[in-house]
Amino acid sequence: MNIYPILAALRRHKASVLLIVLQIALTLAIVANAFFIIGHSIERMRRTSGLDENGLIFIFQKLPVVTGDDATVTEKIDALQRADLQAIRNLPDVQDAAASRSFPLLVDDDDVGDISLDADRKGKFVHAAYYYGDEHLRATFGARLIAGRDFFASEIRHGHALPGSPVIIVSKSLADQLFPNGNALGQTVYQDGKPATIVGIVARLQTPTLDDSHWANNSVIEPLRKDAFWTGYVARARSGRTAEAIRDIHKALFALNPMRHMPPGAGIHPVSEQRTGAYDDERGIALLMGVICIILLSVTAAGIVGLTSFWVGQRHRQIGVRRALGARKIDILRYFQIEILLIAGSGAVIGALCAVGLNAWLMKHYEMMHLPLFYIATGVFAMLVLGQAAVLVPARRASNVPPVVATRSV
Amino acid sequence: MASMTQGENGVFAYYLELAVRSLRRSPGLTALMILAIGFGVAASMTMYSVFRGVSADPIPWKSSQLFVPQIDAWGPGHGENGEPPTMLTYIDAMALTRQHRAFRQSAIVAMWRSIMPPSTSPSDSLIETRGYAVDNEFFPMLDVPFHYGSGWSTDDDAHQIPVMVISDHFNQEMFGGGNSVGKTIDIGNHAYRIVGITRHWNPQPEFFALFRYQADEPDFFLPVQFAVANNVVSDNRANCKDGPYPGTDFAALLRSDCTWLSYMVELDSPAAAQAYRQYLDAYASEQQQIGRFPWRPNNRLRDVPAFLDYQHVVPSNTRVSLLVAQGLLVVCLVNTVGLLLAKFLRRSGEIAVRRALGASRASIYAQFLTEAGVIGVGGGLLGLLFTAIGVLSVGVVMPARLAVLARIDPALLLLTLLLAVTATLLAAVYPTYRASRVPPALQLKAP
Repeated sequence: MNIYPILAALRRHKASVLLIVLQIALTLAIVANAFFIIGHSIERMRRTSGLDENGLIFIFQKLPVVTGDDATVTEKIDALQRADLQAIRNLPDVQDAAASRSFPLLVDDDDVGDISLDADRKGKFVHAAYYYGDEHLRATFGARLIAGRDFFASEIRHGHALPGSPVIIVSKSLADQLFPNGNALGQTVYQDGKPATIVGIVARLQTPTLDDSHWANNSVIEPLRKDAFWTGYVARARSGRTAEAIRDIHKALFALNPMRHMPPGAGIHPVSEQRTGAYDDERGIALLMGVICIILLSVTAAGIVGLTSFWVGQRHRQIGVRRALGARKIDILRYFQIEILLIAGSGAVIGALCAVGLNAWLMKHYEMMHLPLFYIATGVFAMLVLGQAAVLVPARRASNVPPVVATRSV
Repeated sequence: MASMTQGENGVFAYYLELAVRSLRRSPGLTALMILAIGFGVAASMTMYSVFRGVSADPIPWKSSQLFVPQIDAWGPGHGENGEPPTMLTYIDAMALTRQHRAFRQSAIVAMWRSIMPPSTSPSDSLIETRGYAVDNEFFPMLDVPFHYGSGWSTDDDAHQIPVMVISDHFNQEMFGGGNSVGKTIDIGNHAYRIVGITRHWNPQPEFFALFRYQADEPDFFLPVQFAVANNVVSDNRANCKDGPYPGTDFAALLRSDCTWLSYMVELDSPAAAQAYRQYLDAYASEQQQIGRFPWRPNNRLRDVPAFLDYQHVVPSNTRVSLLVAQGLLVVCLVNTVGLLLAKFLRRSGEIAVRRALGASRASIYAQFLTEAGVIGVGGGLLGLLFTAIGVLSVGVVMPARLAVLARIDPALLLLTLLLAVTATLLAAVYPTYRASRVPPALQLKAP
């Protein structure tokens, strides 16, 4: 079909056409960026932590106050921690427990540092997060050991600010970044200038920062039970017994010493709950953007339906004449479909540019990432489909105008 | 004069009737425009109510006189963009307190404690509380409202007396309410004498120490001098040059360059603020001379709004959501412009007749703007309903601590209506202009 008559007709409705083009362009610019926000949130939520989250329990508390000089306090705190852990491990619904103040879904970026190949950090080094725990930690986490071994009980040190564990377990991501040849096991690396031997590698262990960075899965497990007033444990419940285990752990700990403190935000929680909480923002913003996109697309679709219906009404007689001169129903339908394709197409081209502009502006002012081409393409496609879907009913009505209309006066 | 007013009213009533009749003739198009305006306005106003709540000045009458001093105790290369730490070391905080150059000032340390209720209390399990260790000037400086009693005195601070101000809510929990001034509360090994009970006081965001949104008000305040002297705050997490403070040795923490005290000063004029800046620089120079800071003074003195902004207290999600919602409104308006244009131009015949019968361009303007106004009011009323639903369900997509700050109030409702009507009238300007240009004769020539 020759598009010249369509263009000629559109020129007579310059203002209306420009308005639809503008509306489609703006819709595309917003929808592409909103889709991107949704996609990015979903991508973040779908990342795995490396933990066996089902049945994993996190306990965070402030220990009872003990007094004395630094060494005495440290020993007293360690004794309290060991007693707590023993009490937790003795519970029938608990499979294992370990000391650890941190775990992958905790939104926290306190304990991070560099792991290097040489003592002076002159050569290669990578960023990583530390998990401090005892010989039970890897197994309690449920992180899959793919090479090497767990810590021995004799390797576990305790205290605070003890640099340079002689042995460490690292995540595969970290191992691969430092040793691309895959020979990380048994190698010596340096943490703050102190040598450490990699004795084990786990398949995956996310850092607790929930960042998107290239070191998002670079984790190190250090054989150190940290002695501080604020202390944490992880416990693994027996299959299907998480609720009972949580109740019993609470009871057992307070039976052991009631002067401990679990303020709001701490306490005993299943890690699955922590996952829900950690991604609350992502879920919320994805939902919000989804609702806004639905309203936006509906309004634009309804606008196209309204305007094309109006045009169909205006060209009633013209359509009748064309039908009388031999145009088939399908020709009339095609006419309106091509017309909206041209309009939506030009709107989409302008909109794609606006989407990139809006993204650039958001990147400059807010923590927004670069809009991938995929979302622009999706937006363009959505606009073209939206145009066709919206024009269908008015175009059908137009194609049903009988040729006899041409013979009637207006 | 009176008759003229009546005449104008009469004309307006006539236009109103025309508008309603015209809108009724195309109910689909009318409904579409009203829905679009309603949704657009409601989305914008819902996000605005969240943004307004979240970014509201927590202490509007005084925020420009309250300042957060920052002193660089870590040196170059430790803060982002060369910024000094946001809290102070014990050494610096105590120096500011001792030298007392501000009108009022206080160190502020957040604390969490389990407290055993007295035997007379209705509860028998430990109460989880949070509070602050502060100086006596904290209360007048921040205009903390009191139910009973007041804050403590300078003497109480100087002599390290264990006194306490508690919240009304905590007073209910501990003592079942009433005037509990003079009673004591045991925390750790110390008995604190209650000197004051506050009214509900929970400004959001919490702007004096934690700089975030807190669902519950603080339960207690006690003197920071007493707390430090008696190791009451010894378990606080401190930030050091290279990460969190690793030890449990409180005496060493007091001597260290680790920061763990928030600080706020009240300076009642720009001149006072300027003088205080000079004082901070002089202090840092002095520390440089004695060799404690081997770097040039690098201090900040931001007032509360500037500090909240610096801390990015308002989540970026909230801003982006507001922006996207406003984008939705713009699209809805463009949509309305298009539909109004179609609707008005469809009536070219009617316009031509009215023009031919002597109606001026101005009266065509009046007629069609009235019609747009009716749509605006309709959209506004629908927008009110949607805004109410939106604000009430904002908790589904936002964390509770932010969602509670979104409120429906008369100002919001009025603004919603006003926005709907103004936006629709603006959208109608171009279509009305086009309608007013319809020539009278041409249309009458047609059959």
